[in-house]
Amino acid sequence: MNARLLPYMLILPVTLFLCLFFLYPFVLVAKQAFTTGAGFTLDNFREVVSYWKFPISLKNTLLLAAAVVPIQLALSLLMATMVTRMEKGRDLVLYVWTIPLGISDLAAGLIWLAIFEQSGFLNSMMHGMGIVDKPANLLTFQNPGLVFVAIALAEIWRATAIMLVILVAGIGLIPKEYYEAAEVFGASPWKRFVRITLPMLRPSLQTALVLRVIMAFEVFAVVAALGGTLFPVLMGETYAYQFDLLNSGAAAAMALVILAISIAATLVILRALRVPKGATI
Amino acid sequence: MTDATVAEAPAAPSTRSAGRFLYISGVVLLCAWVLVPIYFLLVNTLSSPNTVNSFPKPLFPEFDFGSLAFFAQFAGMLTALKNSVLTAGMTMIMSILIGAPAGYALSRFDFRGKELFRLLILLTRAFPLPLLALPLAVMFIQTGLDDTTFGLALVHTTLAIPFAVLITFSLFSGIPLELEEAAWTLGCTRLTAFTKVVLPLILPGITASAIFAFVISWNEVFAAAVLTIENRTLTAFLLQNLDTSPLHLKFAGGFILVVPALIFIFAVRKYLFAMWGIANR
Repeated sequence: MNARLLPYMLILPVTLFLCLFFLYPFVLVAKQAFTTGAGFTLDNFREVVSYWKFPISLKNTLLLAAAVVPIQLALSLLMATMVTRMEKGRDLVLYVWTIPLGISDLAAGLIWLAIFEQSGFLNSMMHGMGIVDKPANLLTFQNPGLVFVAIALAEIWRATAIMLVILVAGIGLIPKEYYEAAEVFGASPWKRFVRITLPMLRPSLQTALVLRVIMAFEVFAVVAALGGTLFPVLMGETYAYQFDLLNSGAAAAMALVILAISIAATLVILRALRVPKGATI
Repeated sequence: MTDATVAEAPAAPSTRSAGRFLYISGVVLLCAWVLVPIYFLLVNTLSSPNTVNSFPKPLFPEFDFGSLAFFAQFAGMLTALKNSVLTAGMTMIMSILIGAPAGYALSRFDFRGKELFRLLILLTRAFPLPLLALPLAVMFIQTGLDDTTFGLALVHTTLAIPFAVLITFSLFSGIPLELEEAAWTLGCTRLTAFTKVVLPLILPGITASAIFAFVISWNEVFAAAVLTIENRTLTAFLLQNLDTSPLHLKFAGGFILVVPALIFIFAVRKYLFAMWGIANR
């Protein structure tokens, strides 16, 4: 076979597939969002944005991301550094820490529901310690703060693993010589972390943060399992437009709003963590 | 970081062992953070429906299969389970068949448009993909793919393909080109060199990336809920019945969702890191 054509033959299936099921749907969703039957219009967006639930769900989604992502970043960095200095049991600990990677957001929501529901383990333990005498219903509209904490905990529990995996792989790529040199010159472990690990890890941090932040804007099933309608988020509203209100134009508009936020966040992260020109790893 | 810092510092033996203690307890604590919530779900699943709904909860399972039996005979649940397995199986096969050739092309050839192609792959990863389900719902109705496991598998393949390409890319890059060249000089064609030399070496890795695709599909909630109505997958079924189903059904369902994930992440744990190491740069 012609060696110059071969690579194109090999990438052809993926390209066709992604054009059909990735690019084309995006064109469709955009078309659906900007039309209501007769020509170009912004009506769908106006409808979506003026709905009373929109500001709340936007605020909730952003607030959740802002609360969860920094904690996860710190936690995954801590776990990654702990793992790299580990000699015994490294594989086992890494396996345990990456278990949530394989657990769906719905299952994660249900797992934390087992803890927070009225007859759940949190109430049982508080009862056992004599703090409460009868189980209080924790996840209600009277405790918006607690609903938020439960969802945030489930999110942190579920999605730190993906960042951990990316960061561990990234740390593995940093040449050991840099650390040895720094040690020779008397740099403390903290200094080595700040001056070598963090800057060298920038590409991995970029990937990890972009992936995680986009996932945070898509948060849906965890919220559905724990908060139900108590904690409206963007993705849940999109689902509601599609199914409960049967308004696919509005759902498409919501989808584009989520997409716009995701792109904006991606650009900010890429810019903030860019590797300076000429610097190589 | 503090505990790790202390552990490394050249200090008196007592501080050193204190740091070591802090470090180990940190690791144990983080393992518990991951495992204990899963354990609670296990306790709930292996308790009778009455116990699950009672208060306070026991901290140990009573090994009663009432909840699981209830799950198994709940109308539509086994069909949903079957649909989940079918969809995930199809996703697994399609994403490898379509993705692996592209991974091979990326690792072996320099061709024009390679960077553009990589960018397309990375872009798909950086977009909120489940949103594609909305326009695809319309497209599928037109083509008769609506409410079929195959249609859903196509969407899940879109989700899994970027990972399939990146994992196989990093796997193929790990096999020296010289091996293939040696096979060519010994009379193999490009194809036979691939099937006889590269394929046997790469097979475990391919399996791992197939399993990863399976897990992605198995766990996906939003697209599954949007695209299927009669032929619901397990995640979609559980989500739809969140408001109405009793607690023991939710927890048994959640447990069934978690089990394959636990096994599969264990099976692919070696490869989880390989893919992010190379794919990042």
